[in-house]
Amino acid sequence: MNSGIPLQYFLILATIMFFAGIYGFLTRRNLITILMSVELILNSVNINFLAFNRYLYPHKLEGMFFSIFVIAVAASEAAVAIAIIINIYRRFTTINVEDVNEMKF
Amino acid sequence: MTANQIMFILFASMIIVFSILTVTSHKILRAAVYLLFVLVSTSALYFMLNYQFLAAIQLTLYAGGIVVLIIFSILLTSQISQSFESLGWKKNIFSALAAIAGAILSIVTILDYKFSATSEAAKEVDMRLIGKSLLSVDYDGYVLPFEVISILLLAAMVSGIVIAKKAGPSKTKSPNYNQK
Repeated sequence: MNSGIPLQYFLILATIMFFAGIYGFLTRRNLITILMSVELILNSVNINFLAFNRYLYPHKLEGMFFSIFVIAVAASEAAVAIAIIINIYRRFTTINVEDVNEMKF
Repeated sequence: MTANQIMFILFASMIIVFSILTVTSHKILRAAVYLLFVLVSTSALYFMLNYQFLAAIQLTLYAGGIVVLIIFSILLTSQISQSFESLGWKKNIFSALAAIAGAILSIVTILDYKFSATSEAAKEVDMRLIGKSLLSVDYDGYVLPFEVISILLLAAMVSGIVIAKKAGPSKTKSPNYNQK
């Protein structure tokens, strides 16, 4: 099955992906790229769940089901966020976070 | 080196390279395509871990749904050829330092910890088992999170429609705001 690949490799891979997402979250100024960074973060968490489930608790299914729920939450979050982004674009004609500084319209 | 290890190294390097390109690329559409590559390689990793159902979900929902949604909203909100003005170097360097320091700390912790593998036999994950577990109220059942997720999806659908359809008079601060 997964012979010859230690669990630590999966965890290190997920860590690098997570912190790439953190870096993008801190440096990007466009709302859609911030959303893409959040997707990277959620995806790395999914890798962690599945690797732990397969290597440490292969007789249970918790990790897999929580990955399914994380994917569902990520999908609904992306849908709502993109609806908000399009609405912001209609009002301000920009989606740069530094130019969108009014909440009440 | 077995074929398994070669595949893992291939997909892991693809994930690392493309996820760093996703957050550093200056063209927004290219960043979205790099994100697509990351998600497809992740689903390949799920296939390697023997979670075929989850890999299929990852392919259809992430790579098929979310990335297409992101690309559509990019096309709606920005010019394709538009590239970002770079942030100040100070902010870039400090964010990179924070990310690298966090990554090093986590990796050191991971390498330090001794994981104890279990000796129990692996459970075969097939569709029948997944469906029964999602709808059962037993010890291994997940019917409560399943219902909560269904309400969340309904709420997300309704709120997406309500937020995006509202077309009030657009209040622009200046007409040429995004054409830098």
